[in-house]
Amino acid sequence: MATYLSLSEEDRRRMLDTIGIASERDLYRDVPEDLYLNEAPNLPSGKSEMEVLKQMKGFAAKNRVFSTVLRGAGAYRHYIPQIVSEVIGKETFLTAYTPYQAEISQGILQSIFEYQTMICELTGMTVANASVYDGATAAAEAAAMCRDRKRSKVLVSELAHPDVLAVMKTYAWAAGCELVLVPAKDGKTDAEALKELVDEKTAGVLVQQPNFYGMIEDAEVLGEIAHEAGAKYIMSVNPIAAAVLKTPADCGADIVVGEGQPLGMPLSWGGPYLGFMATGKDLMRKLPGRIVGETVDSEGRRAFVLTLQAREQHIKREKAGSNICSNEALCAMAAAVYCAAMGPQGIQNAANSSAAKAHYLAEKLEEIGYKKAYTGEFFHEFVTEAPKGAKAALEALKKADILGGLALDENHILWCATEMVSKEELDGAVAVLKEV
Amino acid sequence: MNTPRELKYAKTHEWVKEEDGLYVIGITDYAQDALGSLVFVNLPELDDEFEAGDAFCDVESVKAVSDVMTPITGRVVEVNEALLDAPELLNEDPYGAWIAKFEGEIEEDLLDAEEYEEFCENEAE
Amino acid sequence: MELIFEKSRPGRSHAYLPACDVPAYPFAKEVLREEAPGLPEVSENDVARHYSALERRAFGVNNGFYPLGSCTMKYNPKVNEVTAALEGFTDVHPLQDPETVPGSLEVLNLTKQYLCEITGMEGMTLQPAAGAHGELTGMMLIKRYHELRGEGDKRVKVIVPDSSHGTNPATGTMNGLQVVSIPSTADGCVDLDALRAAVGEDTAGLMLTNPNTLGIFDKNITEITKIIHEAGGLCYYDGANLNAVMGVVRPGDMGFDCIHLNLHKTFSTPHGGGGPGAGAVGCKAFLANYLPVDGSSAICEIPAESIGKVRSFQGNFLVVVRALTYLLSLGKEGVPASAKTAVLNANYLKALLADTYEMANPGLCMHEFVMTMEKEHKECGVSALDIAKGLLDEGMHAPTIYFPLIVHEALMAEPTETESPETIEAAAEIFKKVYHAAIEDPEAAHHWPAKAAISRPDEVLAARKPKLRWAKEEA
Repeated sequence: MATYLSLSEEDRRRMLDTIGIASERDLYRDVPEDLYLNEAPNLPSGKSEMEVLKQMKGFAAKNRVFSTVLRGAGAYRHYIPQIVSEVIGKETFLTAYTPYQAEISQGILQSIFEYQTMICELTGMTVANASVYDGATAAAEAAAMCRDRKRSKVLVSELAHPDVLAVMKTYAWAAGCELVLVPAKDGKTDAEALKELVDEKTAGVLVQQPNFYGMIEDAEVLGEIAHEAGAKYIMSVNPIAAAVLKTPADCGADIVVGEGQPLGMPLSWGGPYLGFMATGKDLMRKLPGRIVGETVDSEGRRAFVLTLQAREQHIKREKAGSNICSNEALCAMAAAVYCAAMGPQGIQNAANSSAAKAHYLAEKLEEIGYKKAYTGEFFHEFVTEAPKGAKAALEALKKADILGGLALDENHILWCATEMVSKEELDGAVAVLKEV
Repeated sequence: MNTPRELKYAKTHEWVKEEDGLYVIGITDYAQDALGSLVFVNLPELDDEFEAGDAFCDVESVKAVSDVMTPITGRVVEVNEALLDAPELLNEDPYGAWIAKFEGEIEEDLLDAEEYEEFCENEAE
Repeated sequence: MELIFEKSRPGRSHAYLPACDVPAYPFAKEVLREEAPGLPEVSENDVARHYSALERRAFGVNNGFYPLGSCTMKYNPKVNEVTAALEGFTDVHPLQDPETVPGSLEVLNLTKQYLCEITGMEGMTLQPAAGAHGELTGMMLIKRYHELRGEGDKRVKVIVPDSSHGTNPATGTMNGLQVVSIPSTADGCVDLDALRAAVGEDTAGLMLTNPNTLGIFDKNITEITKIIHEAGGLCYYDGANLNAVMGVVRPGDMGFDCIHLNLHKTFSTPHGGGGPGAGAVGCKAFLANYLPVDGSSAICEIPAESIGKVRSFQGNFLVVVRALTYLLSLGKEGVPASAKTAVLNANYLKALLADTYEMANPGLCMHEFVMTMEKEHKECGVSALDIAKGLLDEGMHAPTIYFPLIVHEALMAEPTETESPETIEAAAEIFKKVYHAAIEDPEAAHHWPAKAAISRPDEVLAARKPKLRWAKEEA
């Protein structure tokens, strides 16, 4: 058994003597006898490190790791520079708590300040927080930021990621606020329908860019419709795409959120991921979570601190806008190291290469009868018909060690390509599908 | 502690001055001292309506948020926007840095300067 | 210290990606941004040195004693990091078909099973990404329960003791509930009369931490949960302090209906400077149908009774991998042994400090205890903050300060079970040394720390004139 304890029986005896009690049971004298467990819990016996490692490796080995991944739908396999895992594996970063004691936490505070700046640069916004749990909770928190006494309804494009919709729905239900889906038309958010739906009760409108089908939305037009009705405009963006597409700020966004996983985090069956949030000065004090600011110390040296804390639950308690306290600091650091290592050119290369490969794949698929479901600009994901059925196509790819796109229904597949997939692999996948 | 004679005071540490038919409200010297360095003032919106005793504004220090109550039942007709950029004015000049002007009915049992000073002394103990 | 942006030089970069082997796609100009994002342009050496320098300006459990109360900063085992980095876990897409991820499913199910056993619960979700997120989820279960019984509009109040974590009342509000704060007794326990007076037909439930935030196990716990149940409400257990009692007493047996656990506190997964964590939520069988489902909405239906999803996909899965690795290592013997040692260590430190520091509660404690500098602060101006800063100069982390709110000038210490008696004895000496030095020269104490990367930062300036990002113009 590996318990990580370092006390001998003699130590325990000596400590109990100092405390002035006879036994460890006395430590729990406030626990009523009928609640105190005299038997160990029904778990297996503790194991040595060697046995545990073998068992966990056994679980990992049962999972199927595909050599080629053509599935995205909210989680993207991009290349991660080796330095990312090296940096976030540093013991001090890994084992530190939230940087409450600023004087000995400058390293973590500065890394978050740099991350906030990078998120601002990617989105064009002026303020970012230290991160929240993931893209879906970031969207739900953004919706809460928009609400006030007069406006409580939030509209969301039905082409946001299904989990974003689901989480926003759960949060809205809990808070007793209305959430309304804006329908899609031809693979994009229906601007006419949005015009019909916005009213004087609408607090905010959320649109995903690129949307769940990979299509590039007319984000500026949708933002104008939101603003005309006096509602806030929230954009949920893919951060890699944001490196090349028109910035959310230029599209008129008041709040920008997104899933930060593509910035240096592995797929990891869904997490840990990273929710990023950015806004302008107007809504700064409604932003949830930790925020790091620059100041000076008593000797005038540059210093970083957690700031604007009066927004937060530990001060405002029931009046706080959110209960969040943990963020995803280590994931934010991964994103920052990724951005620093790749640089502006590197991220744009990843974005452009992903888009180029997706367009190449779309063209090759079209040649074998996988017609695109929608016309118009897309980024690195797109929907096609599956002439022989989605299931047959994906099964055939699986046999060839390829994780195909996501089946949207029996006859449609959502494909994704990133810079990780070579032309040879794309041609190979198309050749497999041709034989189905 | 500075307590101008001409003002009326609430037990929740606000001062009121009648001016051109309106009621001007701020926080007292005692309040700003107890709150410490203020870093942000969350002002009400114009035309917001309140009842006497309601919190109409909150002020933030680094580690606390405190409500500011109105002794007026009525409507906000003006707010001091200078406080948005310079919340420190509330610390530096509490009786000059008014927060909002109201029109409406003033609460009857407000304290005069002497009574307020006595009230603060008792509270400190 | 210089920011990474200030090390940037135009054109400096490192090649991580090959040239694109398919034709570039020419996007229409209207959809593209005007300028590239202003990210740093640095060499890999610049990045490596930068983060090594940042690491030297940070402090983790590996750097020294970290008695941060309420945070359970125990040792983070290395093997947990190795298992969480296995390719079979990291390189798996969250939307893969279930038959391709049996290993991940087994990890989820085993972890749930073990956590249910430890807590006395019958249903469990690992989707919430943090403790506060778990609280939110747990209270949603209670809300759903009342709603489906047609009492959603009636049961709108949640009772929270004034000694609670700030997340509790904030969680109530996020659930559309009115928060009723009830006073605690001097030892932070629930005032039974106040509780009886607060409950009624409008009670949705109670949120409670036990042991409480003063480190005291509330011996009336079964009476407390009974009062809530008799009023028709449900009881929610904030598992922040489970490390004191895991394997020793179960929240389910205390009468709680649902709970959250912090895998990053009790189950040894690293805090990462503020996350990622994981906030498992457990419940009794009658609430289990309301739990979030494990899969993504992109590939599965959400049952009508479920509260829905609280996070995308399956939550912070790699944190769960670490927690399971830990549970397998400890096993049935190690789980209660860890709790008992955590309590032993806390009482030992408390005993060593009792003649120097005034304790908020004399006598025995659970896994943590609270000291108060109220008297010293009044008499000579030495505050809890001064003591905390003095400890930093001595190479250890400070305890939690100014919490719980019901104790003035509070210092809350939680040594955890993974510290040796020698470490605790040395820490006690440091605590005493800092105390005496502060009392002797309060003025000097106000300027501590002296040996850290910076002296005390100007937090007022930071909040009055927020500078939340670096900008080129100012450089």
